[in-house]
Amino acid sequence: MTSTVNGSDVQHTTPDGEEQPLLEIKDLKVDFTTQEGKVTAVDGVNITLYRGQSLAIVGESGSGKSTTAHAIIKLLPGSGEISGGQILLDGQDLAKSSKKEMEDIRGRKIGFVPQDPMSNLNPVWSIGFQVEEAIRANGIATGRKEVRARAIEVLKQAGLQDADRRLKQFPHQFSGGMRQRVLIGMGLAADPQLLIADEPTSALDVTVQRVILDHLESLTRELGTTLLFITHDLGLAAERAEQLVVMYKGKVVESGPSLEILQNPQHPYTQRLVAAAPSLASRRIKSTIHGQDAAAHEPGAEVGTTTDTIDLIATAEARAEAHEAAAAQPPAIVVEDLTKVFKIRGSGDFTAVDKVSFEIPKGTTTALVGESGSGKSTVAKMLLKLEDVTSGKIIVGGKDLASLTGKELFDLRSRMQPVFQDPYGSLNPLRNIGNTISEPLVTHSVGDRASRRARVFELLDQVSLPRTLVGRYPNELSGGQRQRIAIARALALKPEIVILDEAVSALDVLVQAQILRLLADLQAELDLTYLFITHDLAVVRVIADNVCVMQKGRIVEAAATDDVFENPTEQYTKDLLAAIPGANLQLGA
Amino acid sequence: MAGYIARRLLQAIPVLLGTTFLIYFMVFAMPGDPVVALFGDKTPPPQVLEAVRERYNLDQPFIVQYLLFLAGIFQGDFGVSFSGQPVSEILAVTFPVTLQLAILAVLIEMVFGITIGLVSGLRKGGIFDASFLVVSLILISLPVFVVAFVAQFVFGIQLGWFRTTVGPGAPIQDLILPAIVLATISFAQIVRLTRASVIDTGGQDFVRTAASKGLSRRRIVPVHILRNSLIPVVTYLAVDFGVLMVGATVTEGIFNVPGVGRTLYQAIIRGEGPTVVSFVTVMVLIYLVINLLVDLLYAVLDPRIRYAK
Repeated sequence: MTSTVNGSDVQHTTPDGEEQPLLEIKDLKVDFTTQEGKVTAVDGVNITLYRGQSLAIVGESGSGKSTTAHAIIKLLPGSGEISGGQILLDGQDLAKSSKKEMEDIRGRKIGFVPQDPMSNLNPVWSIGFQVEEAIRANGIATGRKEVRARAIEVLKQAGLQDADRRLKQFPHQFSGGMRQRVLIGMGLAADPQLLIADEPTSALDVTVQRVILDHLESLTRELGTTLLFITHDLGLAAERAEQLVVMYKGKVVESGPSLEILQNPQHPYTQRLVAAAPSLASRRIKSTIHGQDAAAHEPGAEVGTTTDTIDLIATAEARAEAHEAAAAQPPAIVVEDLTKVFKIRGSGDFTAVDKVSFEIPKGTTTALVGESGSGKSTVAKMLLKLEDVTSGKIIVGGKDLASLTGKELFDLRSRMQPVFQDPYGSLNPLRNIGNTISEPLVTHSVGDRASRRARVFELLDQVSLPRTLVGRYPNELSGGQRQRIAIARALALKPEIVILDEAVSALDVLVQAQILRLLADLQAELDLTYLFITHDLAVVRVIADNVCVMQKGRIVEAAATDDVFENPTEQYTKDLLAAIPGANLQLGA
Repeated sequence: MAGYIARRLLQAIPVLLGTTFLIYFMVFAMPGDPVVALFGDKTPPPQVLEAVRERYNLDQPFIVQYLLFLAGIFQGDFGVSFSGQPVSEILAVTFPVTLQLAILAVLIEMVFGITIGLVSGLRKGGIFDASFLVVSLILISLPVFVVAFVAQFVFGIQLGWFRTTVGPGAPIQDLILPAIVLATISFAQIVRLTRASVIDTGGQDFVRTAASKGLSRRRIVPVHILRNSLIPVVTYLAVDFGVLMVGATVTEGIFNVPGVGRTLYQAIIRGEGPTVVSFVTVMVLIYLVINLLVDLLYAVLDPRIRYAK
């Protein structure tokens, strides 16, 4: 199998050689008109997809993968338009089809499962109404009873067992996973030949993601539906699709059978992507690290330089040393029987955190892992005193947090700093970078103007950002750069403890890898203690010394990271580990 | 739900007490003696003055006057105007007129405002959108009395399509011109609000999903765009209806509409304490009830909103 760079055809060995592909994209070009002129988002993409196959388009945000998907059904957002190429569905060129023709194709021939289950259902209409209108629009059934019966059938098929009872409910009464099932049901309502799934599970917890993807896979196989997958997660793509297309900056850089690409990536960008994917990287620690291990770079940097290597083994070793040294010192944070009860009007009390106890040795990283609603963020908020403690103790640096008031509490805040998930929401858009980083210094009256400025420069150096950023504003920076700024701000007061609440979850894999390495370097350099809160077990392995797995407010398993990964004792932890996409893939040595 | 309504009604009590007290105090503090003013140029005999003062409790200290008035209200007695007519009777005559006027005005706002806003929002940046941006800016900039006089002159006098004044007992079609004038005040707001809301909804993910299901544009626009966009617009309209219900003083004055606004205006000029306070009390009550209805309407329009307990 050959794979060439830029616009190569995906090559297939089909059983009967001459079969016409279901979908053939030739030289697709999509432009967006902006104030600065035309921007080409998709540039000369070729994809061939045969009946009954599954293909995944992989890439980071801005790579043009979603734009390609939207171009196929001609629902490009805003000013987007197809400016060249062909999209052949069964020989019919969709790029030249009229609005009316597209209305007939959408739903009936091409089903679409969108990305975010929270925003893709109309909040003012019931679930039943929204499924039924899809059925009616495609002429699958007529008459109220028939349409209703088909709606129930479709939803049951998508895994909503009590569909008949829930038809009258509204989207907000459904969980994220349930909504995604509804969207899958809607996408398949008219038995389309092709189903496009645009990041169908990226907004969901890993265990839910797994169940949904398993279901989608068996369902499409059963119905003989051809599947086109869009995802940023290489592990997930390789696990779920036979063919892979890797996109970078609007172009196809590599394509071919999934396993082959994973085991032997040709293009430098794919190599970096394979190296950085945390789900795959975690396996690589013990498996195979060759000298040619790929590099992490600024996304804009020249593809292909390999001087800047993420050395995961070295990181792990450094971690182990720090761990031994730390044993002699008193722990930085001790949490004892921490409990948080929220009073909910109408339905009594809700125990978000239930008798949680753990210790974090100085200079080490403890990861708090769990799905949404497990109470992990509430623990972080209580540590930061952003939320009151119902009962239990938090001891930081030998002092009970509850006993601190006024000045002492203020001092403590300078020693314990947070970094939050969303780098877009956690920086004030009206303050420039210099002011953002120096704000904690001003609040705690550290130094004078000149020394604060010098400190800002020093911090920018530490997080590997150019000093020229001082006068810039957050909206001019990328997500990764913003998160570095947030980390610089957290480090401004030379804290001993940094609480990272999903600090890398919103970032692309390559950027994520850079930030993780930055955090590891800073920890070694400044002897920092991290509490790392995440839903992503794959990330944990690269960064944490100890892991506490939380479920429904309780810690169900707590141990050293390697023990948790190699010998999980709790079923829940096993489920979480098994749900990491790509975890079962064997990367050839 | 019932509990929520009860709580809201209980909240209305302090608001009602506070507003009536303030209004009563302001009327009391107005300069000049209303009783003397009643007699104009003539000087009434002291006995008559005394009798009038006693009748209206004007010889009592302020706080006693207020409490007596309050006690009356709770017994359903809104007092008597200086002309000897019970205030409740005046209310019974004027409110239906204002109600008709307000309904007409809101209907006009709704039909034209929402239609134009929808089309502008769907064709953002087009010629239609641009022209109505200019029109609504002009309407926002013009004071209502200018619109009223121009309308009266052009449509009433020059073209003769409408009667220029309404007067007591006039048929409902005479209210159309004042209603149009009233509607112009909020019309521009409705257009802008609908337009913004349509643009916002049109860019939502679920609209794209609706299209990806194979729905036609003819179905998406009313069912998925307009329906969602109407939530803020309808609540704005309801509040606006409340504002119009409590009187459009200027418009009613210009067109001589015998409604709440004009009557209140005249009572203020004459310093008729009981009339002013009674009117305002009823207005505050209506306003509170309409606001409560708006909040309940919100829950009907948006299934995500449910009022606990």
